[in-house]
Amino acid sequence: MERFEGSIQLELLKRMRRIRDVELRIAEEYSQGEMRCPVHLSVGQEAPSSALSLLVYPSDYAVSTHRGHAHYLAKGGDLNAMIAEIYGKETGCSKGKGGSMHLIDTTVGFMGTSAIVGNSIPTGTGLAHAAQLNKTGQISIIHLGDGAIEEGSFYESLNYAAVKNLPALYLCENNFYSVYSPLNVRQPKNRDFCFLAKSIGAKTFSGDGNCVISSYKTLKQAVKYCRSGKGPTFVELKTYRWLEHCGPNNDNELGYREEREIEYWMNNDPIKKAEARLRKRPEKDHYKNYCQALKKEVDDAFEFAKLSSAPDIQSRSKTIFSTEQ
Amino acid sequence: MKITFSKAINFAIRDSMRDDNKVICMGLGATDPKGVFGTTIDLEKEFGSKRVFDIPTSENALTGICIGLSIAGYKPLLTHQRLDFALLSLDQIINNAAKAHYMYGGEICCPLVIRMIMGRGWGQGPTHSQNLQMLFAGIPGLRVVMPGTVQDAYSQLRASINSNDPVIFLEHRWLHNSESQVVYDFSDQDLVTQSLVKSGEDITILACSYMLPEAIKARRILKEKLGVTADIINFRSYRAIPDECLIKSINKTRKLIVADTAMRSFTIADQLSNNIRDLLIDGNSIDIRILSMPDIPEPTSHFLTKGLYNDSYTIISKTCELLSKDCRGLINRDTELKPHDVPGEWFKGPF
Repeated sequence: MERFEGSIQLELLKRMRRIRDVELRIAEEYSQGEMRCPVHLSVGQEAPSSALSLLVYPSDYAVSTHRGHAHYLAKGGDLNAMIAEIYGKETGCSKGKGGSMHLIDTTVGFMGTSAIVGNSIPTGTGLAHAAQLNKTGQISIIHLGDGAIEEGSFYESLNYAAVKNLPALYLCENNFYSVYSPLNVRQPKNRDFCFLAKSIGAKTFSGDGNCVISSYKTLKQAVKYCRSGKGPTFVELKTYRWLEHCGPNNDNELGYREEREIEYWMNNDPIKKAEARLRKRPEKDHYKNYCQALKKEVDDAFEFAKLSSAPDIQSRSKTIFSTEQ
Repeated sequence: MKITFSKAINFAIRDSMRDDNKVICMGLGATDPKGVFGTTIDLEKEFGSKRVFDIPTSENALTGICIGLSIAGYKPLLTHQRLDFALLSLDQIINNAAKAHYMYGGEICCPLVIRMIMGRGWGQGPTHSQNLQMLFAGIPGLRVVMPGTVQDAYSQLRASINSNDPVIFLEHRWLHNSESQVVYDFSDQDLVTQSLVKSGEDITILACSYMLPEAIKARRILKEKLGVTADIINFRSYRAIPDECLIKSINKTRKLIVADTAMRSFTIADQLSNNIRDLLIDGNSIDIRILSMPDIPEPTSHFLTKGLYNDSYTIISKTCELLSKDCRGLINRDTELKPHDVPGEWFKGPF
């Protein structure tokens, strides 16, 4: 492997670790029955968003999907507000009205996530249009999965971004499944997402979504291209979700994914690989200390959420419109 | 100076864009030589192609793109030449625009105006003439306005663009050529109130969109021939909450006709009637009749649409029924009225 700066490796690993620890903690606490909303966890898929987080600014925009925890955290979204939102508390980022699938932190440009597949792609494209009009060098990140590639909104949006030459970066984490449905029932054999996006007019990049260094290098080029104002950029990173589509458990017993396949991807754990690389480096002590501090950060976030007040019941009829009439 | 309804729309966009440089105007055909029935004419010339532009035929994405622009501080105005095309964008309207402010706990606003043109007649047929105001009015988070006058066209569009919420702005094609003088002013109240257009004694007629000029015509005939006078209220905010002027009027007349352009099972009139009955003293004794389209898709052939639409004739008949008057001979629908499938003799198609 080519030389790669230790401090960046360390930073990438820390960000992945943080996402995974938060997600695993949600999984662990879920059975308590206090997080009473669907959760779509990103365990196994930490590399793409962690890599991206080192390449974007708070002023850049981002939108995401039902599986949005990692994207929210990577963009700098407030951890306490996210956990509190999943607990349905008034301190939640959406004051309990959105839950796990509707996360927002406008202070870091994270402009929302959608529970409807493909629904946030046009929003992110509109944010890219705003970025272009603002002339401030912002870009707009649109997180999507392989399922969204089948939605009309994807084609319509990419076409528009190409027509207008928008600074939109479509980041597709391909985890091969739309809920339980594999790619081969959804798309023709050997479909190449990049070829498809390129045909519509995007500059495309692809890399290993289970290797944080590959993800970082790929995204570094992609972000640079997008920020240069040359137009829409599409990135495909193949990765794998370890747990069930929705919920805290694994669902290996369902049999829609072969044991062999699951094993292959879990052995190809982006975090384990990064930790192994770090073992030979001087930053390893720093990482150890970080992991301890992280545990406290996560503990605190869950305590914050649990201790936070429930939203005032009257608030459910509020904020339907921006003015009360 | 008198201007047309479409000119009033045009001026409302122009003046909004002059007042606020965040206002952006887009739509399929927004910059073409016809300018969406004249409503977007000359705007590109004044404001440039960054703020006024034509778009791809992608109703759903463009709605979402407008939402993205709006949460970033812009004020987009999106135009559909037909409401029926906007049906491709229901996901973005219902799951995104209507919910954005609410589901993020008030963190963002979605100031977005979606103009949808709808109509009837001249063979527009099943998928070019749907009046689906209730579809949108049934979704919390959307304001639905239906201008009935040239003044509304100006004031309500300005108020819509000025608002911080998503507004569905429903324009009836048959109103585009109507003419009137206009006061170039507006207020927030234009989005949520009805207005008393003509004052009378005997009956209240609440008429929306194109039913308004028909109701005014019916009132004139009723007054001339029977001495009956009606309160005409412009149902310009399509919502089930009865407005102050409506309540006042019904308290006086105790008789109400709601004239809607929607289908019978898809009008807000029933819900409005229930609210009126609940709100008013002895509400159950109020006589209410609803004029609407039958529950059928609109056929194309003009032979099949004869007698299908409500107009001054049906409003007169319904009024006479409520007041126990004889309406025979008051008006000859075949000889005294324009052909049933056009807004006026001036209209020669094609749409």
